[in-house]
Formats: sequence, C-alpha cells, structure tokens
Amino acid sequence: MRKNGFARHALIETLHTVQSSFGYLDDDSIRFVALSLHVPLSQAYGVATFYHYFTLKPPGKHTVTVCAGTACYIKGADKLIAAAEKRLCIKQGQTTPDGNVSLMVARCVGACSRAPVALCDGEVVGEVTPKQILEQLERWTAE
Amino acid sequence: MTIEELEQIAKNVKQENEKYDYEINVCMDLACASQGADKLKDALVKAAEAGAKKVLVRRTGCMGPCSHGPLVRVDPEERLYRRVNASHAEAIVKSLGGAPVPDLQCNLDEHFDKQVRVVLENAGYIDPERIDDYIARDGYKALLTVLTEMTPSGVIHRITESGLRGRGGGGYPTGLKWGTVAKAADGVKYVVCNGDEGDPGAFMDRSVMEGDPHRVIEGMAIAAYAVGANKGFIYVRAEYPVAVSRLTTALREARRHGLLGNNICNTPFNFDVEIRLGAGAFVCGEETALIASIEGRRGTPKPRPPYPASSGLWGKPTLINNVETYANIAPIVRNGGKWFFNMGSERSKGTKVFALTGKIANTGLVEVPMGIKLREIIEEIGGGVPDGHTFKAVQTGGPSGGCIPADMLDVGVSYDALLKMGSIMGSGGMIVMDDTSCMVNVARFFIEFCMTESCGKCIPCRAGTAQMFTLLTRICDGVGTMDDLALLEDLCSTVKETSLCGLGQTAPNPVLSTLKYFRNEYIEHIVHKRCPAGVCAMEAIKSEIHSEVVA
Repeated sequence: MRKNGFARHALIETLHTVQSSFGYLDDDSIRFVALSLHVPLSQAYGVATFYHYFTLKPPGKHTVTVCAGTACYIKGADKLIAAAEKRLCIKQGQTTPDGNVSLMVARCVGACSRAPVALCDGEVVGEVTPKQILEQLERWTAE
Repeated sequence: MTIEELEQIAKNVKQENEKYDYEINVCMDLACASQGADKLKDALVKAAEAGAKKVLVRRTGCMGPCSHGPLVRVDPEERLYRRVNASHAEAIVKSLGGAPVPDLQCNLDEHFDKQVRVVLENAGYIDPERIDDYIARDGYKALLTVLTEMTPSGVIHRITESGLRGRGGGGYPTGLKWGTVAKAADGVKYVVCNGDEGDPGAFMDRSVMEGDPHRVIEGMAIAAYAVGANKGFIYVRAEYPVAVSRLTTALREARRHGLLGNNICNTPFNFDVEIRLGAGAFVCGEETALIASIEGRRGTPKPRPPYPASSGLWGKPTLINNVETYANIAPIVRNGGKWFFNMGSERSKGTKVFALTGKIANTGLVEVPMGIKLREIIEEIGGGVPDGHTFKAVQTGGPSGGCIPADMLDVGVSYDALLKMGSIMGSGGMIVMDDTSCMVNVARFFIEFCMTESCGKCIPCRAGTAQMFTLLTRICDGVGTMDDLALLEDLCSTVKETSLCGLGQTAPNPVLSTLKYFRNEYIEHIVHKRCPAGVCAMEAIKSEIHSEVVA
C-alpha cells in the first residue's frame, strides 16, 4: 500500500499483494485494506467477489488447475476435469475435505499451442492426458 | 540519451556479438519452457564453455511454431532445431561449423515463407530482458526521431497515412483515434495499453509483452508525445506473471537509460508508465470496463458516448490501444506510413499476428499480411489438419467471433471480409476444428463462457446468455425441439441489439454463425437425436428410450 501511496485506485493491486502473501482473502484482510485505503467496505468486497482471480476460501496444499480455454476445450479439457473430479470426489472450484488438493479451472493460461494444458502447483504441463493428471494426484495423495 | 548515444550502444552490442563465432538462440516462451527449455539452455551454456569455439547462448521470445518446441536456432547459419532437450546440447555444440544434427532438423520453409514479420521482427532474436539487444535492432530510434525531428501532428499524420487500424478487434482507424485525443483541450491526458487478453485460445499479446516488451513501451511513448499525455498505464492480466515481470524489468531499464521519465532525450517531454494488474475478468477488455478496473472499481462498462477519447480515466481524455497496435507504431515511424500502407488488402493494411491452435499440425504464432487467404494460413502455414481427419471449421475472434466453414476458406483475411462472414477479426485467435468437433457443443461452450463472464449490469446480456445456454444444453442433451431453435434465434437478435457493451452485442455470434453454416447439425440433434461428431452424450434421451423399452 505504501508503494502505491495509499491511493484509493490501487485497491486491486493491494488485494493482489494480500492474496499472494496469504493465498486467499479473508474477511479481516479485506476489512483492513478497505480501512487503510479509505474505500467503502462494500466496494472492497464488491471488487474481491467480482474478479475471478480473487478467492475467499483458503486453497489446498496442492492445486491442479485445468485450462478450459477454447483450444484446450477442443482438445478434450472436459475429459481431464471429469477424471480429476471423479478421482478426488469433488467438483471444480472445490478443495478436498482434508485440505490436500484443490481442483481449479482457468479461463486461458496462454499456452494454447500445447493444448490441453494443466498447471500442477503453478508449473505448466502441456499436452496432458487424463492418465498423467491421475498419476500426479496419486503422488500428492501418497505424500 | 541522445541519438548518438543510442547508436553507440547499438555499435557496442554489435561489436560484442562479433566476438562470438556462433549464436545459439533458445526459445524460452511458455510453450517451450514447459518442456524444459531452461534446462536445455543451462546444458548448452555448459557445453559451449567446454567447447573450443566462441559461442553465445541467448534466451529469446517465441519463435513461432510452438508445436515443434523446444526450439533452438543456430546463427549465422540460421539452422532451426526442433524437439531439443538437454541431452542434445553437446551434439549441437559439436555440429557448429560442420553438418547439422540430422535428427533435430526442422524444415518448415513453407511455414515461414508466407509470413511477413513486422510486429514479431525481434521475436527469436533478442533477449527480452536486455534493453541493449532491443537498441541494437533499431529500438528506441523511432522515439528519439519523433522527439527531436517531428511535431505531434506530424506523427499523427504519419500514422493516419499508414492506414493502421486497431488490432484489438474493432478495427477503428488508429490515426483518427489519436487525432481525437490530441484535439481534446484538457491539460491532463492518459495513454493506456490494453493487455487484458481475455480471449481464450489467443496468446499474441502475451508473446509480444514477454518477447519484446520495449516495443510496446516505445509505441506508448510515441503515442503519448503525439496526443500530449505524460502518464501511461499498461493493463495486464494477472494470469500472465512472466509478462508482468518482463514489463517491470523493461520499464526499469528504460528509466535507467533516460528513455522514460522527465526531459526524455533533453526535450521538454515527460512520460512514465505504470503497470496495472487485471484479476480475471473477460469484460475488462472492453475499454470503459478497463478504465473502471484501473480506477480500482468493479469492471462494469459504461454507455458510450462519452468515449474515452473525450472522457476516460478519471474523466480525462484517454487513448486506449491494444498491445499489437502499439507494437506496430515504431516500425511505421521508422519506415514511413507509405511502407505500411503498401502491405495488406484494400481496406486493411499491414500485417496481423494470429495464434493458430486447435486441430492443426503447426500450432503457434504466425504473422501474415492482411488479405492472405484463410486456406493459405491453414493448409500451407499451418500444415493442415493432422491424423487423417478432415477440416470442418475455423473459429476466429474468440467468444465474440464465429465459425467459418470449409467452403469459405478462399476469402482473404480482412476486418470487413470476416465481418461479412458473420465472424470478426478479434484480437487474433484462430482455432481449427475437425470432424470430431460438434458445432452445437462449441456454440454452447462460448455461450457458457459469455454467461459466466457477463458483468451483470444490463439485462439482455445477463439473462439472455443464461437462457441461450439452457436452450443449447437442451439441444445437446437431445431433448431440444424445433420451437427451442426458433426461440434461440429470436433471443440471439434481442441480445445482439439491446446489450450495453461489446460483450453482449457479440455474444450471440458463435450461435448465429454455426446456425448459418451448420444448421443441419442442430437439426440432427433435435430431430434425429444424434450428434454427428459423437461429442454430445445425449444421455437424457438414451435413458428415456431405455425406460420405454423396459416398460
């Protein structure tokens, strides 16, 4: 916040910093940001819920993000998601009850030429098959 | 910084490079990096140090044919190697000066011959984090020429003369836009670069920002001088962390060299740029929503007029252009408007970068002159549809565009021709589909996208896309009727004509274009309850038939 001179228009920047430090935005941090930047709490909460990038729930220990952009969709991203959902017994956007793995779906990560693409803990894996995803999930569960 | 100092830097870099016998350029763009290009580079550096020859190993931006990655190009012989990994490093270094490594050779002459590189001229030749590399390839020369020799109106005249149109999708003449902002009387003006590449299946802007960030900054600085602005913003998606870090480095380097800041090149011109992060909202690519987002609010669009050119960021006149538009500015200033005007078709000038993806052999980035036939892009540059499948359609313009069928491939690519076919140029995503893609399902995918990305401000878009999605789901599940189809068509025209911003107005395009060219697939789904491509499961109808049989 100091970097942006406590400017009110730096709300999104500040929320990005909070999310990258804590992994998600909880009520306390949104309240703190709103108070410090002198923006109404409604605006801070509105921004946090409007943008898909911000999450209000804590993420799991590991995250697998399947890209569901057009190119990945044409090349079978839906099969990847279905396989992962079945294995983890959760829906996309959820975390397993033990807090180990989160399954997320991204709009497009920009690696369309290697579609379908998945991100395992932030690392881009191209031309991925359902089998590869399941193997990765097995490794995480075994830990 | 003066022109002489700039030339001195360029000379130093060239002298430095001449010390080396060979240059090995390693593509480190996202697609290649995800296949171990970083390990490959380390191995090459190690092998080069052990060898006797003087070799420069350089990291570069995207070279283009990503499906053949990781790519390595050896200069001065211009040998391109494909599918290289760390274990090949020694063989490559050993082959320098002799015969090329046989297994790795990449013969893509047909792929490159038809391309003309303006925006991507530096991609694969410079290290994106070294400003000196950019300067050595005539970088920032255009900015200094503009500041010392040209008037703002002269710059606008040159851009107008070039016939450049906005590369974000709409195709508004760039010179005209600059002229409007320049005429605005307000003392404070802003220049904004739209790097919110939300269109799924497109990554041209990411590649330009990551591979050649200084080109965008130079374009923005020239624009700021022409319209009289002192402050610029680059709005980048948070999903592109590499682009953000490359731009941050580039801005720091430019400031250090006195190419941004106060009294640039000892003239009274001051200009600086700030980066603003998006947060995953497709609608923020719309200019009024983008402005709201930069101001730190929810990204909801506003009715136009007033246009941002007269009242934009904080109510001040604001110039908003796309990344690729800014990337075209420096070459136009350097080579003259006529040079650019002579490329392309009658009403669409210059070149366009496309992200060629989907069911095609050579996926990756291509830059072609406007007016080139779609068939040439797909069959010659793209290498056609692989695995013996047949081509069905090409989708351009992302969720706002349409699907173009096989019999219309001989049309030249231009803003007007694509619009006539029911699609749009868009930002440059080009997704090829073969006979295993169901067009109804594709239409449903795009409507689902628009439904979740609708900001919810105006009713036609918020409720209309949701209803269209329900209808398309019914058709895909095999329970649709012909009445549903009629209702769908009716809804399309309502949403198209009454939505507030571009997202809603263009959301029905994927449905309309597939209805126009692939109506028989809809009929098959509804009347015969079967999906010709075998994509839609039709589970609802199958269980119904099953229960009838049991009964």
